[in-house]
Amino acid sequence: MHLLAFLIRRLFQAIIVMLVISIIGFSIQSNLGDPLRELVGQSVSEAEREVLRDQMGLNDPFFTQFARFIGNAVQGDLGTSYFFKKPALEVILDKFPATFELVLAATIMIFTLSVPAGIYAALHPKSWGARLIMSASIVGISVPVFLTAIFLIAIFSVNLGWLPSFGRGDTVEMPWGWETGFLSLDGLSHLILPAISLASIMLPLFIRLIRAEMMETMRTEYVRFAWAKGLHSKRVWLTHAFRNTLLPVITVGGVQIGTLIAYTILTETVFQWPGMGFLFLEAINRVDTPLIIAYIIIVGLIFVVVNTIVDLIYTLVNPMMKLPGAAA
Amino acid sequence: MPLLEVDNLEVSFGKHQALRGVSFTLEKGERLGIVGESGAGKSMAAFAVINLISEPGRISGGSVRFDGRDLATLPPEELRKVRGDRIAMIFQDPMMTLNPVLTIGTQMVETLQAHREISFAEARRIAIEKLDLVAVPSAEARFDSYPHELSGGLRQRVVIAISLLCDPEIIIADEPTTALDVTIQAEIMALLIRLCEDTGMGMILITHDLAVVSESCQRLAVMYAGKVIEEGAVNAILQAPQHPYTRGLINALPQMNSRGGLLTQIRGTMPGISELPEGCAFHPRCDFANAACKTAIPELRPLGAQNVACIHAGALKETV
Ligand SMILES: Nc1ncnc2c1ncn2[C@@H]1O[C@H](COP(=O)(O)OP(=O)(O)OP(=O)(O)O)[C@@H](O)[C@H]1O
Ligand SMILES: [Mg+2]
Repeated sequence: MHLLAFLIRRLFQAIIVMLVISIIGFSIQSNLGDPLRELVGQSVSEAEREVLRDQMGLNDPFFTQFARFIGNAVQGDLGTSYFFKKPALEVILDKFPATFELVLAATIMIFTLSVPAGIYAALHPKSWGARLIMSASIVGISVPVFLTAIFLIAIFSVNLGWLPSFGRGDTVEMPWGWETGFLSLDGLSHLILPAISLASIMLPLFIRLIRAEMMETMRTEYVRFAWAKGLHSKRVWLTHAFRNTLLPVITVGGVQIGTLIAYTILTETVFQWPGMGFLFLEAINRVDTPLIIAYIIIVGLIFVVVNTIVDLIYTLVNPMMKLPGAAA
Repeated sequence: MPLLEVDNLEVSFGKHQALRGVSFTLEKGERLGIVGESGAGKSMAAFAVINLISEPGRISGGSVRFDGRDLATLPPEELRKVRGDRIAMIFQDPMMTLNPVLTIGTQMVETLQAHREISFAEARRIAIEKLDLVAVPSAEARFDSYPHELSGGLRQRVVIAISLLCDPEIIIADEPTTALDVTIQAEIMALLIRLCEDTGMGMILITHDLAVVSESCQRLAVMYAGKVIEEGAVNAILQAPQHPYTRGLINALPQMNSRGGLLTQIRGTMPGISELPEGCAFHPRCDFANAACKTAIPELRPLGAQNVACIHAGALKETV
């Protein structure tokens, strides 16, 4: 019951968010470039252009055009890419697996590294290890992602020759045409450097967040009571303190993981990773407006989905929370 | 030899001393009340007994003799085995004591499993038995509840049930009823006393309320500014308080003022740990203070049936 109410409410919110994004997308379309020139070139006379313009509805009132745009978008028609001469949505979705796997790999790295590092730094704040982690994370925060990427390429690709520096390598075809790099050794080796670069953006932030929240929970009365009950340290740290640390980390972390998608534009470009971000930058260079809009809308959709999943996880971890928005 | 013998226990935060000498003894099955103003160090003393002072505080002197060992210097693993198993503790605010993300059952079973080789089913059986014992209604269902689903009074019952799980020899209760509704305060207090009497468990009861101590405890320790300034049998102290501060406390109580004299409030306020005066910490508020009181900190010394930390203690008798 709660779940249903939650989903309905979420769906409603998603529609509003997507509507706003569509407005942005549409205003880009009507202000950026001349679709006619992209389609017919320069050789057509002004009179003929005017006829075409009428036929395409470009002279219709703003609202009519916008309604048509939305109507098409809902049916999955986000226009045709000028450059690829294919439906924009299709072009984007072709690149989705590459970006998804990059973000997934980075997220796994962030989680598996920041949790132990953050907990350790919280429990032994005065140790050398903790000081090292904290100073490294300050450095990490201040180094821009493309520098990290270039640095990694210089060391591991150019100097040592251990890892490839561009492309996805061999991929394996899965159901629904999903090309995965996870299942081949070559694909995995191509994934390492881009994933590290992408992870390096959020890793320091997560370590500091987990450390701060963990130190906070370690001071609570219920943790003190756990000690007074004579529990083993591991139990107090992991079950009592860390479980409660997770709640704020999930809330903040979920949003940050969404932001990672934005950073894929940079990372994918440096590593020429054939994903949506790389495609997006190319589309901007080519003023391929339908593709730009399709990208913005798809990324907006991903944001909405990620946030919903994060909220769901949050309620699973926190028994005190009814699903947000589902409370009577 | 007493079961628990706390001797001149000190706790420091940097250069400040939060506890400046806490001494008392507790025989098996005995109940000791610790009273004192807010900030006197009662909670600090309770946590120091089980060596659970959080950073940056630390035990800087004294000893806690329990069953022949000193808890103040015991290795962590040995200390862990004592906490929750042989000495249990109840905190002041039941709304904060239970972990919000774990079920009551989890928080009970883990306690048993920390101290006994025991299966989940067996631990669950004991847990429900203890919940029944403290009169938690429909204990089986409550086992799977989360703390937020329970009222404050019920939560404190659960906390008490948790503290009883391993049948401890001593239970330390730090103002177990102050955070509760007035209507259920007496109920919880009566429950605790009954449990002690039924099981022969000893108790250290921390409270503001001298009247509660007089009804339920055999021994009394009075704390002032981080120090126990008078300690002994409840009746002896109530009849013949030796420390001027204790006398002041008793005179301020309507029930105790049997001679029909005026209720008197002690003038002034207790100093914080960073603003302690030279000599006896009580002297600025004391009617008997003289030059000697301003220089030397009085030791807790035996006087008749009790121990008193005041240089006037013997001489005070005539003026009562
Ligand atoms: N973390 C800390 N750092 C420094 N001083 C502290 C700290 N915690 C407590 N104190 C000091 O220790 C003293 C004793 O505090 P404690 O909580 O034991 O008092 P209490 O007698 O239990 O008071 P109450 O009746 O209000 O519970 C207080 O003066 C307090 O300021
Ligand atoms: Mg207290």
